[in-house]
Amino acid sequence: MTKSKLQRRSDRAVEWIFTAIIVLFAIVCLVPFILVLSSSFTSETSIIQKGYNLWPKEFSLDAYKLLFASNTIGPAYGVTIFVTVVGTVLSMLITSAAAYALSCSQFYHRNKVTFFIYFTMLFSGGLVPTYLWITKYLHLTDSLWALILPSLVNPWNLLLLRNFFKGIPESLSESARIDGANDIVILFKIILPISLPGLATIGLFYALAYWNEWYKALLYIRDSHKYPLQYLIMQIQRNTQFVQQNAALGGAATEGIVPAYSSQMATAVMTMGPIILLYPFLQKYFVTGLTVGSVKG
Amino acid sequence: MSVFKAVRKKDGGAAAVKKPTLVQDIRRNKWLYLMCVPAILFFIIFSYIPMAGLYIAFVNYKPSTGIWGSAFVGLKNFEFFFTSKDWITITTNTLFLNVLFIASSTIASVAIAIMLSEIKNKWVKKITQSVVILPHFMSWTIVALFSVALIASDGLFNRIIVGLTNDPNKAIAFYNTPGVWPVLLVFFKVWQGAGFGSIVYLATITGIDQEIYEAAAVEGASRWQCITRITLPLLKNTIIMLTIMSVGKIFYGDFGMIYALVGNNSLLYPTTDVIDTYLLRSLQENTNMGMTAAIGLVQSLLGFILVIVSNKIANKFSPDAALF
Repeated sequence: MTKSKLQRRSDRAVEWIFTAIIVLFAIVCLVPFILVLSSSFTSETSIIQKGYNLWPKEFSLDAYKLLFASNTIGPAYGVTIFVTVVGTVLSMLITSAAAYALSCSQFYHRNKVTFFIYFTMLFSGGLVPTYLWITKYLHLTDSLWALILPSLVNPWNLLLLRNFFKGIPESLSESARIDGANDIVILFKIILPISLPGLATIGLFYALAYWNEWYKALLYIRDSHKYPLQYLIMQIQRNTQFVQQNAALGGAATEGIVPAYSSQMATAVMTMGPIILLYPFLQKYFVTGLTVGSVKG
Repeated sequence: MSVFKAVRKKDGGAAAVKKPTLVQDIRRNKWLYLMCVPAILFFIIFSYIPMAGLYIAFVNYKPSTGIWGSAFVGLKNFEFFFTSKDWITITTNTLFLNVLFIASSTIASVAIAIMLSEIKNKWVKKITQSVVILPHFMSWTIVALFSVALIASDGLFNRIIVGLTNDPNKAIAFYNTPGVWPVLLVFFKVWQGAGFGSIVYLATITGIDQEIYEAAAVEGASRWQCITRITLPLLKNTIIMLTIMSVGKIFYGDFGMIYALVGNNSLLYPTTDVIDTYLLRSLQENTNMGMTAAIGLVQSLLGFILVIVSNKIANKFSPDAALF
């Protein structure tokens, strides 16, 4: 029995409807980005009078001029880049070493170690003990290490990477071992070079987590010169709201407006810019990487 | 995801060899053990020591005397919390919002995955997939700014509402209308996470043997029938497994999102205050560390029990879907 004409038509209708829905959802996903980008190039008065628009009604670079003239975004960029680079490198070293060891079948007690790691995903000490431990005992308040050390190893990433390594035939490391190489040499000379897609995926996850970190800054960073970008944005937003509410209460004049709305949006553009620019190049890694690592294993 | 299966699976190949003791194993694989040391140290310092620190939930914490020097008060801290009015609000909010999030995200992710898999045009598929995943990589602080542009009194939503109704009084003051926030939060949650969540489902669909579909097509099945009779049943295990994982986190109510979007706007607390935001506030106000830790402990314990229980249930009716 082959498909009737009617059925073929209904099949095509299904595909058209699906395409329409997906395209619509994609547009919904894009709108906020466009809104923010457009607002950052709009003059402050236009935003106040006409609201946020998808296309700048009065084009203006004031927000960016103000942003570059201020001395907040520069240091924040520095903090974020430092945390992302140092954090990702350290995370990758520690994670890949442990992931490799746990992928070797000759490591007899590896399942116990794996459980030791896995358990931290099931149960945690929670906010208070962690906060007191880091501030009162480790004295990391106002240290950039407070943004790095607590997220050095993500158990999920570790197990994902271990699964990548498990997919590599053990005969490769076995023959190197017979030649007298130790496991650290094997990891760097044999395993890592052939695991680049997996490493790229995990590295990307770590880098994004560090780049997007703001919660730890909220908890541990008091010094405004050490705010990372994401937390700076939150502060700017909260301050704008505060000023706006006070202005509304006090009925302040709108003369000499500081570009608060547009500069917020400009800061957002500066923060997400690098991610969006790199995204097309990195996307293929995490889509293939994530699926290979998680579903097969 | 046999990530978890391997945790309990015993090594079949080594069964014939005599089981080495820990010391023997360390001596033989000293490099492998050495490579685990940094990670193990990390988990001891940043996971297990704070777990031990949960002892603070049972003391009357005084900063001057520290955790171990403060007086032991038994379950007083727990009593204090459970007799307060707050706990009912924040617990119901947490559970209610999370159930909404889990249901909406799962449905949206599965739907996106199925729709993407049915689209034949390569370009449309590739571009839309890239676009719907992108929001996942934005931090909640950025999304909070997006939300301002969308829901502020002069934001896009209100401009659309006013534009459609031609009545400026119809505009919604989102920031002091707690009732609309569960819907708004679900919107942002789906906006941010559904595309990314669809990756795993899409991978499962791609992994389905194409011959099944070909055979069904020969039998005269329509595309829609293929979806409901083949794709959805085969996605069942993945859906169950991922739902179990989210159920385990049901007491953790997406703190990042709620704190970034709602902030300290107490007008919205009736519908948005969850356990985590409450915890942070208690910590910042430094009222009672012991009680705050007690809430955290209850949260962790309930989460732990939930994972175990839901996993047991999954094991019973669909062993492949269980985590461990």
